[in-house]
Amino acid sequence: MNIEREGDFITLSMGPHHPATHGVLRLEVTTDGEVIAACKPDIGYLHRAIEKIGENLEWFQFVPYTDRVDYVCSMNSNHAWVLAVESLLSTSEETRLRIPERAEYIRVLFAELNRISSHMVGLGSMTMDMGAFTPFVHALGQREHINDIFERTCGARLTYNYMCVGGVNRDLHPGAEAEIRTFLDGLEAAMKDFNRLISTNNIFKGRLAGVAAISAEDAISYGLVGPNLRGSGVDFDLRRDRPYGVYDRIQFDVPVGRCYAGAKGRLGDSYDRFVVRLLEVLESIRICRQALDQMPPSSGKEDDPVGGWCVSKAAQKALRKPPVGEVYFRCENPRGETGYRIVSDGTKFPYRIKIRTGSFTALSIFEKVVPGLMIADVVTLIGSFDIVLPEVDR
Amino acid sequence: MQKSKWPAHGTQKGYFSGPMSPVPSRNQCRGKAQSFEAILAKVQVRFPTAQAGSAPNGARWIAVQPLDMLEVARFLKSDPELSFDTLCCLTGVDLLKYPTEDKDAAPCTDLACVYDLASSVHGHELCLKSSTSRALPEIPSVESVWGVASFFEREAFDLLGVSFPGHHDLRRLLMPPDWIGHPLRKDYLYPESYGGVELKREGQTFESGPYK
Repeated sequence: MNIEREGDFITLSMGPHHPATHGVLRLEVTTDGEVIAACKPDIGYLHRAIEKIGENLEWFQFVPYTDRVDYVCSMNSNHAWVLAVESLLSTSEETRLRIPERAEYIRVLFAELNRISSHMVGLGSMTMDMGAFTPFVHALGQREHINDIFERTCGARLTYNYMCVGGVNRDLHPGAEAEIRTFLDGLEAAMKDFNRLISTNNIFKGRLAGVAAISAEDAISYGLVGPNLRGSGVDFDLRRDRPYGVYDRIQFDVPVGRCYAGAKGRLGDSYDRFVVRLLEVLESIRICRQALDQMPPSSGKEDDPVGGWCVSKAAQKALRKPPVGEVYFRCENPRGETGYRIVSDGTKFPYRIKIRTGSFTALSIFEKVVPGLMIADVVTLIGSFDIVLPEVDR
Repeated sequence: MQKSKWPAHGTQKGYFSGPMSPVPSRNQCRGKAQSFEAILAKVQVRFPTAQAGSAPNGARWIAVQPLDMLEVARFLKSDPELSFDTLCCLTGVDLLKYPTEDKDAAPCTDLACVYDLASSVHGHELCLKSSTSRALPEIPSVESVWGVASFFEREAFDLLGVSFPGHHDLRRLLMPPDWIGHPLRKDYLYPESYGGVELKREGQTFESGPYK
């Protein structure tokens, strides 16, 4: 740690290698004793220039790079990218793709499973930041089952490269549906245990209640999205309010922060964000079950409009000459709105790709919220935002 | 379509009880979404230089003069019928190699900033564009209107070299502070070395993409 002293103020460098920053994030905090007077986030340690790389790749070659944008929820990043490209193609009659219905359901199912696994990492590592190690191990144990399911279907455990423009890369593996149902039943019981173990724990609650409360106005103005925005009491979810894929056929509730910590808490504090994530896992379980119920059976054929899973040849043909134009597509990821703004100049390479991620905008509020907090509360704040650094730097 | 046979989790016994039981929620959009034409008409009354633009794929936007940007932003946020309170995304685009509609015209050398706005009150969305000259790329900062712009503008400054007068702390964000050039410009040349480390391999050229 670098320490500079100036009167009563000390400037500390928190990170880039700090166990509680969830990656390589450096916070330049000026403290007055234990209370923070100013905070400047310093990012860019993981900058891999994915946007620049994308300008030199063909459209379908970019999918593996979206895996690396946010490796905790690669399926969701895949989903956002393929939906953005499909919405670009859908504006021209020649290039419009008909996605098989089964593929749409597989996408939603896997996106929700990945949301569960991402929230498990988020919730688990947050409890670990607060000093409780057991829930972290239990949460990652559940994530392991999801990784197993994904591995059997698409061969990878972390960066899946599973969805493609026009559908998904392959059908579910035999027996997958029963496997996922068994897992969901087990997860529900495990969530009950997790809840009993940690979220009503007084010590844990005391660390979170009333810490770093963010008003709804600030949350909207500073671009908080997803669970962080809903934690502040704003009832907005892209899956429900701008439905994409088959989300409009599925019923689910959107958990919103309601000052869950009771008298000690405030609306939009860290505990609200924690509870919103917890409840979102349960909603995802509901969505997964409905997707499994509604999913048409596989016909075994690849490009069957109902029971198939891909239209890859047509997609590759369409992507050779996409229409000139641009599109901004918003997609609800575990860390909130992931948006792809794509500019196409009609060649087989994208002209410009901009990836807007939830963690990036969440960091912009640090300068506003952190002053006045204790150093230990910054750890709470980072944990409750569930920041993933590769998504910040891209 | 089958209906799910699973009950909502709040109804199961032993789950979140008392103050932690979730309530069914609904969209809080209280207002009325405006059409693109209505928004355009409202903006043009205040700012006569604002123009509508469209792409061949049907995307539509309002193009405003860079000097008007801050005023337009304030207007869009404060007008009760528009209330664009969310800045979803700010994208900088270098138009140097973008195809122009008229093939004989001189190529456009401008740098454009694209603001994707949304309203959490009315639920409508808008794309706002402002392009500025390459020689003096300046657009007034809108961080006083949308706080999130402070990071987006630093990113655009870093990667495209657009300057935002009025920003409280305009520094490089993603690249190292001593980096030379703006990597997402279309005429950007890769440096041969950085910090004493050779970046180019033998026979490698970086001027354009590998297949173009």
